[in-house]
Amino acid sequence: MEKMINLTINNLPVTVEEGTTILQAARQLNIRIPTLCNHEDLCVAGNCRVCVVEQVGMRTLQASCATPVRENMQILTNSMQVRQARKTIIELLLSEHNADCTKCYKNGKCELQDLANEYRTGNQVYIDLVPLKHYTIDQSSPSILKDDSKCIRCQRCVRTCAELQAVSALSAAYKGSEMKISSFYERPMHEVVCTNCGQCINRCPTGALIEKNYIDEVWDAIYNPTKHVVVQTAPAVRVALGEELGFEPGARVTGKLVAALRRLGFDSVLDTDFTADLTIMEEGTELLTRLKKVLVDGDKNTALPMFTSCSPGWIKFIEHTFPELLPNLSTCKSPQQMFGALAKTWYAQKKGINPKDMVSVSIMPCTAKKFEATRPEMRDSGYQDVDYVLTTRELAIMIKQAGIEFMKLEDEDYDSFMGESTGAAVIFGATGGVMEAALRTAYEIVTGREVPFTNLNITPVRGMEGVREATIKVENVKPEWSFLEGAEVKVAVAHGLANAKQLMTAIRDGKAQYHFVEIMACPGGCLGGGGQPIPTSPAIRQKRAEAIYAEDEGLPIRKSHENPEIVQIYREFLSEPLGHRSHELLHTHYKPRKRY
Amino acid sequence: MEATKLRRVDFVFRPDNTSIDVLRKTLKRDADDIILELIDSGLKGRGGAGFLTGLKWKLAKEAAGDIKYVICNADEGEPGTFKDREILDRVPRRVLTGMAICAHTIGAKEGFIYLRAEYKFLAHKLKAVMAEMNEEFKKLGLDFSVSLRYGSGAYVCGEETALIDSMEGRRGEPRNKPPFPVTAGYLNKPTVVNNVETFVNCCIIANIGADEYKKFGTDNSRGFKLFSVSGDCSKEGVFELELGMTLADFVEEFGDGDTKAVQVGGASGFCVPRKKFKDTIIGFEGIPTGGSMKIFNSTRSMYNVLHNYLEFFEEESCGQCTPCRVGCQQLIKGIEAVKRKEKPAGYLDELVKLAKVMKVASKCGLGQSVGNAFVSIVENFREEIVY
Repeated sequence: MEKMINLTINNLPVTVEEGTTILQAARQLNIRIPTLCNHEDLCVAGNCRVCVVEQVGMRTLQASCATPVRENMQILTNSMQVRQARKTIIELLLSEHNADCTKCYKNGKCELQDLANEYRTGNQVYIDLVPLKHYTIDQSSPSILKDDSKCIRCQRCVRTCAELQAVSALSAAYKGSEMKISSFYERPMHEVVCTNCGQCINRCPTGALIEKNYIDEVWDAIYNPTKHVVVQTAPAVRVALGEELGFEPGARVTGKLVAALRRLGFDSVLDTDFTADLTIMEEGTELLTRLKKVLVDGDKNTALPMFTSCSPGWIKFIEHTFPELLPNLSTCKSPQQMFGALAKTWYAQKKGINPKDMVSVSIMPCTAKKFEATRPEMRDSGYQDVDYVLTTRELAIMIKQAGIEFMKLEDEDYDSFMGESTGAAVIFGATGGVMEAALRTAYEIVTGREVPFTNLNITPVRGMEGVREATIKVENVKPEWSFLEGAEVKVAVAHGLANAKQLMTAIRDGKAQYHFVEIMACPGGCLGGGGQPIPTSPAIRQKRAEAIYAEDEGLPIRKSHENPEIVQIYREFLSEPLGHRSHELLHTHYKPRKRY
Repeated sequence: MEATKLRRVDFVFRPDNTSIDVLRKTLKRDADDIILELIDSGLKGRGGAGFLTGLKWKLAKEAAGDIKYVICNADEGEPGTFKDREILDRVPRRVLTGMAICAHTIGAKEGFIYLRAEYKFLAHKLKAVMAEMNEEFKKLGLDFSVSLRYGSGAYVCGEETALIDSMEGRRGEPRNKPPFPVTAGYLNKPTVVNNVETFVNCCIIANIGADEYKKFGTDNSRGFKLFSVSGDCSKEGVFELELGMTLADFVEEFGDGDTKAVQVGGASGFCVPRKKFKDTIIGFEGIPTGGSMKIFNSTRSMYNVLHNYLEFFEEESCGQCTPCRVGCQQLIKGIEAVKRKEKPAGYLDELVKLAKVMKVASKCGLGQSVGNAFVSIVENFREEIVY
């Protein structure tokens, strides 16, 4: 049992565990202390000073986020001194902040704006420092816009990039009035190690880091009568979009999402889940092929373990950080890009549409997908396979712009074809989901039986642990897979690039042996993606994960190879997994990148 | 509180041929005994903040853990302070002896001198002395060695937690406290960080004893102190004086006969105008100083003095916390605007309020002390700031 500490906050007694901060103790009394630099996912910084409180008997105010409680402390969160200091601090932040709120992308979603409202900082007392600073906006990245004039130096992005992602593309540079958040030698964002994961955006309290939005481009495409606009939606969008439109975290809004997209005017509303299932067919087959090459043929050039390749943040990370492990990466494109390549080929053919008149839009929980869509590797249809990538947040803006009352929409179904989905595809949205979906299919291919887990739920690969491992014994296999008889397939799952780095280091150094490894760049997997609704927290991500697994259990088909449209596409177009057409459209290779 | 008379003493720079003997004799003593004597002596940290040195050592000794460190803060960056340079140049063995006594007391095996980047010219000689002293420690059976680390030029790294961050290879930014370095310092191990002069004083106390030491100074400010005297003075340089004299006595001795104000304690200290010289004691009952004493005569514009300090802080704030980073910019831009008549004179009152918020809301001593110079200059020389 932890030691308990007694203190008073605003003269109210409270007893909390030792190690609790003043901020947390105040929450237990339902006293809210405003914060800016503090974030549940990150270490304590204590640098914005907005949360300062008075400790009776102390000369200075204390940052409540950073100060642990002590016995008999007397804390005042709303004394004259605290109010004056807090208001001054907010005014100082505003004096350094480009407060063009009505023109700002984050207008109405800005934590600094909320505080300014709360403290009614109407008359700007201090001198506007913004014109003196000669800020420029870094628009070089296809995913992330960095506008230093909006930055309040809380370093949430810096901590996100270092602690959660182990990338450190952003760090504090210079000091004093020159202090800023900078990339390596102030190089533009598209030249540095940034993986475009967008986790910094999810935690930026202001408009300093936002996604590059393509809302107007998509509207233009929709309004253009000569264009056939197809839209695909990623699995994680359906369990998060609701948060932007009036629902509590964890609401499943799949049917409303489809209905809204139709009302926006997309010509076909299709599902990335379809190509998630296709990914399982291709990737599962690739894994079995690799295992055979290594175990039976003794092929020294085939790399194991095989890594998943769905997460474009992860792809750029491995290109920069572990280029020596690139041969281990599955050659499968991500579901988004498989979809893009098929939309402008198979789909166009079947619908009799000229692919040059098609605009392919995807709704993603992800900002790295924006970058992925622009990769030179992603033009196998003869065109840019995916034209515009919108985040969950951008879609919510469009829905609001169109005057759609989202909460009141009747559920609708995806168009067919390339709209059919399975439970296996849905769980792509959660960390461990690709692994689980792959195992459901691969195990059945090899043994002819379902995976030996109750209700198909492979729980060892689920959860929010940073790195998870599981071993699955393969017995009584079909004759053509006899080389796998009795084999113990070892798998690992990591989410968040800091965890990925830890796992990759162990693999590179020969300290960990696996056959198959799933990596997702973002904490919690795609459901915690950089394009998802803000705010994010462990509790919110947990809710979204529960929704994903509920969606899976609620679907009639829960194995990728049983998706009737998957059966159809192999029959009509692709012939077989890893076949000639698959290689052309669905697979690719990545190259090492520089490390800065 | 009675002020002492100005008295020059000679302990620190006395020819150093006793350090090893002092160390030999002290190593035979019990750690608690050393701490008791140090607390009894009343020695407060000589870097400026004035924490009771004996208490700091006691906390570090009592902190859990086998690995502990001793760090000598030689990042002497306070404008107008140059006494640590003098010490390291002339009597480095006393510093190392003080560090060794500390190591013996708290149970540390490794020590570092964190040397200001601009003092690299001292490194060659220092290294030779360190090598020699490390040998002596071994001979005396003390498992302790000292090595050298360099600062990179940031003023804030004189703040002990920023110094530790810098030593760990990170950007030097002050940490949240608690935990304090005595429980979680360098590499998260219990660490004593003391100023160069503080270690010398520890060495002196070990030699002459607390009773003798206590004969100097006042109740709140025991002992003697090195003063770096500069500006419009009759003699400039480093002087060792008993603590507790009035500023009037000090100016009498060091002024040029036309002293208008003295900045006590450097840019982070207080500006005292002539009319308050008599009532100002130099020490913890009046105005403490890390050693910097800058004398200004009637030819000096106090606007320029203040502007110069604010320029310094605007640049040397680490930039992490809001009150200090933005506050410094507002203070300097604010007095410029008042000078140019773009803001009314009354705006100075807003700025004084701001400076007072910085004093209570900033994360570390740097931001907390910007207001000292600002408020004392604006309140005493308002006319010079406005016109």
